[in-house]
Amino acid sequence: MTTTNEVDQEPERTGLAALVYDSKARSLFFQGVLAIIILAMIYLAVQNAAQNLADQGKEFGFDFFDRPSDVQILTTFGTWLIGYVPGESTIFDVLKLSVANTLILAVVGIFFATILGFLMGIMRLSNNFVIKGFATIYIEVMRNIPLLLQIFFWNAALRLIAPGPRDSGTFVPGLLQYNTKGIYGPFPITHDGFYLTVIAVIIAIGATIAYGKYAKKLQESTGKQSPVFLVSIGILVGLPAVVFLITGRPLTIEWPNFVSEGPMLRRGFERGIGSYIAPEFMALFLALTTYTAAFIGEIVRAGIQAVPRGQSEASEALGLPGGLTMRKVILPQAFRVIIPPLTSQYLNLTKNSSLAAAIGYPELVAVFAGTILNQVGRAIEIVAVVIIVYLTISLLTSMFMNWFNNRVKLVER
Amino acid sequence: MKSTLLTIAAAATLTAGAAAASTLDDVKAAGKLKCGVSQGLPGFSNPDDSGKWTGLDVDMCRAVAAAVLGDAEAVEYVSLSAKDRFTALSSGEIDILSRNTTWTITRDTDLGISFAGVNYYDGQGMMVPANLGVSSATELDGATICTNTGTTTELNITDYFKQHGMTFELVALENSNEVVAAYGAGRCDVFTTDRSGLAAERLKLADPDAHVVLPETISKEPLGPSTRAGDEQWNKIVRWTLNALIEAEEYGITAANADEMMGSDNPSVKRILGAGDNDYGAALGLDKDWAAKAIKAVGNYGESYERNVGVNTPLKLDRGVNSLWNQGGFLYAAPIR
Ligand SMILES: N[C@@H](CCC(=O)N[C@@H](CS)C(=O)NCC(=O)O)C(=O)O
Repeated sequence: MTTTNEVDQEPERTGLAALVYDSKARSLFFQGVLAIIILAMIYLAVQNAAQNLADQGKEFGFDFFDRPSDVQILTTFGTWLIGYVPGESTIFDVLKLSVANTLILAVVGIFFATILGFLMGIMRLSNNFVIKGFATIYIEVMRNIPLLLQIFFWNAALRLIAPGPRDSGTFVPGLLQYNTKGIYGPFPITHDGFYLTVIAVIIAIGATIAYGKYAKKLQESTGKQSPVFLVSIGILVGLPAVVFLITGRPLTIEWPNFVSEGPMLRRGFERGIGSYIAPEFMALFLALTTYTAAFIGEIVRAGIQAVPRGQSEASEALGLPGGLTMRKVILPQAFRVIIPPLTSQYLNLTKNSSLAAAIGYPELVAVFAGTILNQVGRAIEIVAVVIIVYLTISLLTSMFMNWFNNRVKLVER
Repeated sequence: MKSTLLTIAAAATLTAGAAAASTLDDVKAAGKLKCGVSQGLPGFSNPDDSGKWTGLDVDMCRAVAAAVLGDAEAVEYVSLSAKDRFTALSSGEIDILSRNTTWTITRDTDLGISFAGVNYYDGQGMMVPANLGVSSATELDGATICTNTGTTTELNITDYFKQHGMTFELVALENSNEVVAAYGAGRCDVFTTDRSGLAAERLKLADPDAHVVLPETISKEPLGPSTRAGDEQWNKIVRWTLNALIEAEEYGITAANADEMMGSDNPSVKRILGAGDNDYGAALGLDKDWAAKAIKAVGNYGESYERNVGVNTPLKLDRGVNSLWNQGGFLYAAPIR
């Protein structure tokens, strides 16, 4: 092998030598070795776990799932969804309840963090000094204070501004009232026949989508613009409203009941009447949303700045107004850059929701990996379940975002 | 967050690390005892202004350290929430858990730990702001209640309300200071925990006198130290150290007079102190004067009680049922003989 072209004429090798020099066989060999090492490590870990469990007289298994759960849990979305009753519900119900509480926090948090984040990102690029300054300060402050501290801050702040447990204040005029024990609002109670209104809503949504597609086609072929927005609103509101009225308004609204007389303990909002949001949920929602929005803001700014200037100049030259330029020209291109890091912010928010344990919001880590673990003592099983749940949520989020990414991806014509 | 890490660490230690050797050997080799205590409960386990841990539960650790290592200061304190304490012990992060912990069958059999005795007989109580005008727990229907998560407390209160056909809302928090803050801010109408805990935690409230403890005691809470399951020798060391402190009170042995009592002609005293030919330490893997060292370090049970939680401390807890058996209490230590 003195010259390079000799490589082409490698001498024929046979037997073992041939295998050693075959790059495919070589890589297979090393992958095999690695696999064996990993398997051996897993085997050792399992072996050790079994030994340690045996030493402590513990067994591995998930039979504890059917045991009744004897502990009261703070009333939240999950309680309502699962219908949790201490002593009757099982530990598996607690798992479902706590996952529901994690999910609702994540979903609501992601929704509002996205809106606020986009707003901040766009504001930060504004030419207006005040708007830009505000967004910059917001992002820098929020990003640089540890989240746990912010959670404690909101929890304490809500308690400070809220009226005492036997008073009531207005949170959203005409809709929500609040005090240190929580936020109270109306609760819809449905009656027979309400499902027809629900069906009407679904049909209306279908009709709106169909109309939107038709309008788009019309515009593409004839250039004629249709009043899509107005018509959509008309269908969405009109159809369900008509059905609702025809079926005899099968819905009543239950308003919270404020008691101001009688024994002290009974005063305040009556429990179980109207809808209720725990202050712990509110504190977490505010903390997770405002914190994550700062990161999303930066991602959006970077995404927008990644779109070449020429694009907005061209759009301007075509006479498109600023808002339309942002919506139709800049953002669709920026999305390509924004979505991957945005996905990881969504995953962060979901995982950060586990800090809820600090202020007593009953999510997965607080209740299942906390209270329940303490009662059944199955650390390995419970941690495994918690990991699987978070992994599943993360993978589903990623899958959804990938799907979304593919949809909004620039389709080059 | 810390607790999540701890839980994962616990699961990891359960999966990794070969089965531990004897705790006694480990403690001797390390030259210090790792003692799990609370996050700060005055009178039981609480760091003072200089960061030095004191309290009835802390004395338990100091006594064991003195008996095993001959040095009551050779203790490393690990502050644990109620929620984290059992995983910390079963995973080997600590050698002994001495943190106002109730002895129950589930904990003794399911959590990988073994109890070594009772150093404070307690029961669960409830505290309410005086201005609520509530005088009995049976009037608490509809109340919002704050307590620590990972405790017997949250289970007992659920039972109690169920049994009395009452409903309630439970705010369960990991850190006691958060519980006190939530209660103080009016998030809850009631603060429930062990009666001793109420006496200690109320000191943290803005105006301790504006709150009353209701008359009902809704549970039995025998509080005591525990060790990792599967190490009988170590469990016995802790158990007999506690017994020795209680017996010392019974026979009038104090930190001050222990040396002098070596010369006593009461055979029980001589056995406890390991005077003469008496050697009950060897079978435990300790020196013959193991109990004498423990008593000299923290005093007998009564001394430790009065110093930490007794009527002359801010907690003002009467000896009550925690008196010796021959003085109308429950303290009845198995004899050293
Ligand atoms: N004895 C009960 C309750 C123990 C408990 O956690 N009590 C609280 C309130 S007294 C506490 O220790 N707080 C101090 C801390 O947070 O570390 C049990 O073992 O479950």
